[in-house]
Amino acid sequence: MFCNTPKEISGMGHGMKRKEDARFIQGKGHYVDDIKLPGMLYMDIVRSPYAYAKIKKIDASRALAIPGVLAVITGRDLEKYNLHWMPTLMSDTQMVLPTDTVMYYSQEVCAIIATERYIAADGVAAVEVEYEPMKPIVDPHKSMDPNAPILRPDKGKTDNHIWHWEVGDRNATDRVMANADIVVKEQIYIPRIHVASIETCGCVASFDPVEGKLTMYMTTQAPHAIRTVVALVAGHVGLSEEKIRVVSPDIGGGFGGKVPVYPGYVIAIAASVLIGKPVKWIEDRMENLQADSFARDYHMSCELAANKDGRIQALRIKTLADHGYTDAAANPSKFPAGMFSIVTGSYDYNTAFTEMDAVYTNKAPGGVAYRCSFRVTEAVHAIERMVDVLAMKVGKDPAQLRMENFIKKDQFPYKSALGWEYDSGDYHAALKKAMDIIGYDALRREQAEKRQRGELMGIGISSFTEIVGAGPSRHFDILGIKMFDSCEIRVHPTGKAIARLGTKSQGQGHETTYAQIIAQELGIPAEHIQIEEGDTDTAPYGLGTYASRSTPTAGAAAAIAARKLRDKARKIAAYLLEVSEEDLEWDVNKFFVKGAPEKAKTIQEIVFASYTNHPLGMEAGFEATHYYDPPNLTFPFGSYICVVDIDKETGEIKIRRFVAVDDCGNIINPMIVEGQIHGGLTQGLAPAMFEELIYDEDGNMLNGSLMDYLVPTAVESPKWETDKTITPCPHHPIGAKGVGESPTVGAPPAIANAIVDALSHLGVTHIDIPITPQKVWNILREKGMVETV
Amino acid sequence: MIPQAFDYESPATVGEAIALLQRYGSDAKILSGGHSLIPMMKLRLATPERIIDISGIKGLDYIREEDGFLKIGALAKESALEESALIARKYPLLLDAAKMIADPSVRNRATVGGNLAHGDAANDHPAVMLAYRAEIIATGPRGQRTIPIDEFFLGFFMTALEPDEILTEIRIPIPPAGSGGAYKKMERKVGDYATAATAVQLTVDGNGVCRHIGIGLTNVSAAPMRAQRSEDALRDQRLSDELIKQAAVMAGQDCDPNPDLRGSIEYKRSVVKTLTERAIKTAIERAMNA
Repeated sequence: MFCNTPKEISGMGHGMKRKEDARFIQGKGHYVDDIKLPGMLYMDIVRSPYAYAKIKKIDASRALAIPGVLAVITGRDLEKYNLHWMPTLMSDTQMVLPTDTVMYYSQEVCAIIATERYIAADGVAAVEVEYEPMKPIVDPHKSMDPNAPILRPDKGKTDNHIWHWEVGDRNATDRVMANADIVVKEQIYIPRIHVASIETCGCVASFDPVEGKLTMYMTTQAPHAIRTVVALVAGHVGLSEEKIRVVSPDIGGGFGGKVPVYPGYVIAIAASVLIGKPVKWIEDRMENLQADSFARDYHMSCELAANKDGRIQALRIKTLADHGYTDAAANPSKFPAGMFSIVTGSYDYNTAFTEMDAVYTNKAPGGVAYRCSFRVTEAVHAIERMVDVLAMKVGKDPAQLRMENFIKKDQFPYKSALGWEYDSGDYHAALKKAMDIIGYDALRREQAEKRQRGELMGIGISSFTEIVGAGPSRHFDILGIKMFDSCEIRVHPTGKAIARLGTKSQGQGHETTYAQIIAQELGIPAEHIQIEEGDTDTAPYGLGTYASRSTPTAGAAAAIAARKLRDKARKIAAYLLEVSEEDLEWDVNKFFVKGAPEKAKTIQEIVFASYTNHPLGMEAGFEATHYYDPPNLTFPFGSYICVVDIDKETGEIKIRRFVAVDDCGNIINPMIVEGQIHGGLTQGLAPAMFEELIYDEDGNMLNGSLMDYLVPTAVESPKWETDKTITPCPHHPIGAKGVGESPTVGAPPAIANAIVDALSHLGVTHIDIPITPQKVWNILREKGMVETV
Repeated sequence: MIPQAFDYESPATVGEAIALLQRYGSDAKILSGGHSLIPMMKLRLATPERIIDISGIKGLDYIREEDGFLKIGALAKESALEESALIARKYPLLLDAAKMIADPSVRNRATVGGNLAHGDAANDHPAVMLAYRAEIIATGPRGQRTIPIDEFFLGFFMTALEPDEILTEIRIPIPPAGSGGAYKKMERKVGDYATAATAVQLTVDGNGVCRHIGIGLTNVSAAPMRAQRSEDALRDQRLSDELIKQAAVMAGQDCDPNPDLRGSIEYKRSVVKTLTERAIKTAIERAMNA
């Protein structure tokens, strides 16, 4: 692992403890709900008990009679200011508050403004709303039925189709499929899930009527983008961008769920502007689960073609995407299905075609990229499941089949069938390492013996390729804003620094890792480098933190800004040492004269000189800024192996072992990377075995609280065994790739493959996640393995 | 997730608590650990006008053997059961259950008395106390009375407690030599209510004949239920694998589960069968080793 600075400096490769943890472990983090402003009011929201209904009447008189209830805001009120609709990040439109129709269960209906949070809740209970329920569309497969109601006539729609997207060569793929020795097919559903971050969403909107300035404290992963969106949405009522300050305080988990603009934020802004006082809105857990953007919800028809030896020849996938009543995803503009076209996976073949149709239904809008760098979880699940289905069909071990189909190390940079240029990789090495750690061959022998005895044991592999770090400006933008990111470094006269970046940590450890990057480049100890993010009045513009993009974009910006400073440092050192710049060499934290190492100037001496004794004609000070436009995305990868034992009577699944070998290029802080992987693996376990948002036929969410939406805990999680290979990114300034999302993306198919493998001798080829004990039991019953009583 | 406004009382004695109950009647609710009541209040499913918090009453949290009974004060915490050497030594069924109730932070507050008085068949102690053939001591204006556990649970969230009575003690007959018990529970994740669970308490004599047997089932009926037919099949019989399996099948047949997100009716019946079989076997093992 790359690590050439001493511990006192703690550049790249040091597992230094997280600088931010001092406040978090003492309970001193400062979250949005900790903000209290003088005169602050509280907002609470009345939500729809129906999935699809006309609003006949909103009677707020009982609520308004409660002492302390100041206002009830309805869609009709917002309509007067043309604030009742807002754009989504996907250029669709979403209601802030409805004027006449609710489109999903738990949608905002009206808002209560009160002097206290408890009074606001009483106000919610006292509002009487008269609805005329209508038959909702819950099943996306029925949304295009000729007799289906048209959900978005406001957009001039005549059906419920949102968009069609396709990539690849349809005809060539059809030809290869038609002539292949083997074509395996499966219907794969990736269920609707929720990020369920520990902290729900919320804000304090504080409008200063004298200055005409709005300060918006909010749980956002992308403060700058939000500022621009607010200016676009509310510019017509006088909120222009220089009068808007967005502040993201500490965030208790984002995972993509805190990228969108939710109606509650806009209502709080409107209320603050109208009343002239700060307004706080904090969602409760049920609102968060039921109304905030979901993730996933892809129905995929997958086909994989191969020759009789199992050499993959082509992939074809047709997907139906359920977006709820509006496309409120948060993908780059040109990628309505995100990076789904990474779906060809880690394998070498040149023919593929994928198409997707997105439809409206009466469900919560979305879907956000939940720790999946834009729909990569769905793609990886599809290919990694299909490779296992193929291995079963040709009768080969799934590890062997993968080894035979992997892109080889010397093929990188590799152009994929759907157009990506994979930067670097060594897939064989990662899988081999995982197999060695877990003792793969011995496990297969054990499995064979257990099958003889009627016991159920399975081994599952996932060899994923990720695609993160959006992204190069020629392809990537959100609402037209290019997806660069930024860093500004200021070094103070005594050699201590502050750096501000356009991203926003939600637990990723940016205050530590960015400091380490700058420490690596400048030799200033990481502990002397303060990192600040999240305040749009001070930080340089950036697109925020999601899609594992912080290290690939802002991390690169930090390295390059630091290198700009090192170039300046060389000039100052040459001046101080009275030698030419070419005679100087850099060593960790100082410039020395070649051949005379005792003649040296440390970075601290150089910085001091930049304020006290800088060369004539040079700008004083020691500051630099860089906006980094990545030349390509980065492609982390890994191989995971999971072993499960299944209770043949109850269907209960126990993960006996889970080995994760990850490759994210050069590592900044190995401890933080390992922590990221542990968390991500658990969030991969979640949809594999526990989580799914379940609706009944009337569109009611059946598990909209943590009592029934099953977020796994440490008890359910296996002991994660992690290891790594290191294949540096060739185009990133410090050779790093993203890592935060690899485990969330890679884990579900490893677990699903293990469970299917345990049942494969019964003829089972696929089970949709989440794979619960009841689902396994149902299969065992179908196969005559258990008796009913 | 914010309760409706309510008044709050914190009596220092059982007598004061009963006087408050008499004064406020059905407008009042007793709060002890709060882990059943408070969530219902936050969802506004329960909207009591007055809370009588008995958690400050001193001397009601004992766990001791006396007069042939294990006596558990109504305010004994689940965590106290878990940590009790007496329970660990002689009451494996109770220990099993205490360890599987919710999670440690809940068990540090939740009380055994509250778990029973709530009358919820999804709670764990009702089945446990059915298996132990426990007695409930209720205290009211007319003094104390003893309610056999089989007469305590009347229906869905309904118990034999009068509106002015408080559950003050649980009595478990001290098991004779050769006794063992076990609680087997299936839950979707830690902290969830049971998909199903079986509590078994039995006594085996020197000839391997089952002398006492109690089997309670969790969350598979409207009111907490005893697996009567399974008990009858085992009582005074030599316990063979075949007989145990038959008794377990009966429990699966006799329970009356609702289909829900935890599983279908068929699945729950099957789980009851499996858990009952396993609980009986573990109980026998423990009885033999006792």
